Amino acid sequence: MAFAQAVGGTRYVFPDLRTLLARATPLRSGDVLAGVAAESAQERVAAQRALADLPLRHVLAEPVIPYEADEVTRLILDRHDAAAFAPVAHLTVGGLRDWLLSEAATPEALAGLRPGLTPEMVAAVSKICRLQDLVAIAAKCRVTTRFRNTIGLPGTLSIRLQPNDPVDSPRGVAAAILDGLLLGAGDAVIGVNPASDNIDTTIRLLELLDAVRDRYAIPTQTCVLAHVTTTMLAIGRGAPVDLVFQSIGGTEAVNRSFGVSLSLLKEAREAALSLKRGTPGSNVMYFETGQGSALSAEAHHGCDQQTVEARAYAVAREFAPLLVNSVVGFIGPEYLFDGKQITRAGLEDHLCGKLLGLPMGVDVCYTNHAEADQDDMDALLTLLGVAGVTYVMGVPGADDVMLAYQSTSFHDGLYLRAALNKQPAPEFAAWMERMGIEAASGAGELPGRMAPALVGLS
Amino acid sequence: MAPAAAPARWADLRRFTSARVALGRVGNGLPTAAHLDFQEAHARARDAVQSALDHAALAAALAPLGLPVVHVASQAVDRRTFLLRPDLGRRLREADRERLPAVPGAFLFVVADGLCATGVQARAPAVIAAALPLLARLGLPVAPIVVADQARVALGDEIGGAMGAALVAMLIGERPGLTALDSLGLYLTYGPRPGRSDAERNCISNIRPGGLSPAQAAGTLTWLTAAALQLGETGVALKDEQPQAPLLPPRC
Repeated sequence: MAFAQAVGGTRYVFPDLRTLLARATPLRSGDVLAGVAAESAQERVAAQRALADLPLRHVLAEPVIPYEADEVTRLILDRHDAAAFAPVAHLTVGGLRDWLLSEAATPEALAGLRPGLTPEMVAAVSKICRLQDLVAIAAKCRVTTRFRNTIGLPGTLSIRLQPNDPVDSPRGVAAAILDGLLLGAGDAVIGVNPASDNIDTTIRLLELLDAVRDRYAIPTQTCVLAHVTTTMLAIGRGAPVDLVFQSIGGTEAVNRSFGVSLSLLKEAREAALSLKRGTPGSNVMYFETGQGSALSAEAHHGCDQQTVEARAYAVAREFAPLLVNSVVGFIGPEYLFDGKQITRAGLEDHLCGKLLGLPMGVDVCYTNHAEADQDDMDALLTLLGVAGVTYVMGVPGADDVMLAYQSTSFHDGLYLRAALNKQPAPEFAAWMERMGIEAASGAGELPGRMAPALVGLS
Repeated sequence: MAPAAAPARWADLRRFTSARVALGRVGNGLPTAAHLDFQEAHARARDAVQSALDHAALAAALAPLGLPVVHVASQAVDRRTFLLRPDLGRRLREADRERLPAVPGAFLFVVADGLCATGVQARAPAVIAAALPLLARLGLPVAPIVVADQARVALGDEIGGAMGAALVAMLIGERPGLTALDSLGLYLTYGPRPGRSDAERNCISNIRPGGLSPAQAAGTLTWLTAAALQLGETGVALKDEQPQAPLLPPRC
C-alpha cells in the first residue's frame, strides 16, 4: 500500500510500508549505504508524519518481508497474540507513542502488551521518539531472567565480564577475570569471545571458566561465545556449558549467513536445557545482535537496518534468553558513522528489545575507524543507565585486546552503579560482600579468599 | 621444583596479560596516567586506519618466495570511500579483472590492506613463507600472489573466482586496536566466488606479536586446507579439531 504526505508544499509518496519505515528513520550511514534512507530532512519528516498516522493493524497486514519468503516473518506473525494486542489495537503508531509515554503504560501494562507487539510496531514507534522518549519508555519496562542468579531486578545493573585474550591464553583470561571480579563485574555472565574457533580450545576455555566460577564459588554463569554448532559439539563431548551463545539477525537470510536457523537454535537450546545446570532458573540462551549485520550479508530485503534489528528480537524472544545485547558500535562507521548515530541506535535497540520483553543489554562500543570517542561512550552509557539497561560489558580498561575495539570498562560499571544508585544482581552482591571485595578493592588489594593461584595464576 | 610465589599484589596480574588490568582506581574512575595512556593509544589507532601498503617494499619481501605478484585494487577509490562503502571494497576494479591469470584448482594467497596495512606489510610474507612447504605436501599448485588495495575480505571471492582457484586465503589487515595496531587476519574460503557468505569461511585472527606467530597461523591454515579438501567446503561445517594443550593446572 502506498502512503503520501505533504510537507512544505511538496507531496512525498512512499510505495509501501518497508519504504515508509526506512524513510522515517533518523539518519544513519547504513541506510544511506543501502540506498533506503530519506533523501532530505523534509522527506524524512514527511515519512515520520505518515508513519505516525498509520494504524497499528496495518503493520500486521503488510509484512515488510513476505511471509512465504522468510521464516522470521512467519515467526513474528504466527506468534502474534491478538488478545494481548487488543488494548492498543485501535491506535496508530503515533497514538502508541503517546500511550507508551502516558501514565497508563505502567510496568504491568507494558508486560501484558508484549505478546501483542511486533518488531515492526516497536521499530516504527522508536523512529518517532526523541532520545528522552526512548529512555523514559524503556525505564518503565521490567524484564527479569534467571540462571544461577537473578538478572534485571529493579535497582540493579549487571555487567558481563569479557576477559578476551588474543591467543586464548588461560592465564590471560584468568587475570582479566580476577581484575573484573575485583571491580564488581561478572554478575550477568563471565563470557569469553574465543580468538580461535578450535573445538578443543573452546572446550578448554569452558572448563577454565567453570573452574574459576567453582573455585571462587561465584553465583554467576559462564559462556564461551563460540558458534552455536561448536557449543553443541562441546555439549556432546561433556563440556560444562551454562549458556549457549549465538549472533542472530532479523531475516532468514542473515541468519543463514551466520550459519543458523530457527530450528538449529531450538535444538541448541534443548541441548543446553538437558544439562540442567541453572539453579534458580533456566534461561539458557545468550544472543548478540547489531544494526547493519543484515546489510553486511546483503540480506536486508530493502528494509532499514533498525527495523531488521528489531526483527532479530523476535528471534531472540522465541528462545527465552538470559541475556541479549546489541553490539551497537561494533561493525563500523559504514552502518553507524559517529557518536551521534551510535548513541541513538543504542537507545533504540534497548527500547525495542525491552518492549518485546527481552533482558536487554548494550555493548556500548566503537571501533577506531568510527568518528567516536570515550566522551560519546560516557554519554550513551549514562543514558542507558537512566533507561534501566539490564547489563553492559566490562572489559579491562575498555580496550578489548582480542577484538580490537573499545567497550565499557569495569570502572565504567562502577561509575554507573554509583551514579544511579544501582546494585549488582542480589546473589552476586551478597557474594561480593562475603568475599570482602569492595573493601579490598577500594584499598588496592586482593581479598584473602581470592588467591590468584586458585585460578592458575602462579 | 617449588612453585613460584603467588602474586600478592593486584599489579602482579599484569604479568599474565597485555590487557589493561590492575589500572588502579580513584574513586570509581581511572587514575590520570591510565586515562591519558588510553587517549594516546586511541590517537595512534585512529592514525593507523589511514595506513597504506608500501608496494615496493612488499614486492621485495615477497620476492624470495619465487611466486609472481599481481597488483589489483577494489572499486573504493580512496580511504573515505573504502570506510563508508564496504560494497565497493568487495568489488574488483574492472580494469584489473583481465590482468588476473587463470589458475584452475590452485591455492591462492591474496594480501590485502583491509582496515590497517601495517601488520599485513610486516607479516604476510612470513605467513606465506611458512605455509608454502606445508601446502606443498598437500599437492596443491600455488597461484601467483595477488596484492589488493582498499580491499574487504569478500574481494578475495571475486579474485579467486576469476582465477578459478580451489581455495583462497585472504591475508588482510585487521582493524587497529588500542593494544595492537599491526594485527593480521586470515580468511580461508573454499571454492571462492562472488556471493559467498561469512558462514562459508574459516578465520584465523590476531596474527601478530603477542598473538599468533606466522608459523602457528601457517600450521592452522594448512590443517584447515587439508580438512576443507576432504569436506569440500569451509565455514561453520569445518571445525578446527587440532588438539590443544591443557589450559588449567589441577586444583592446588
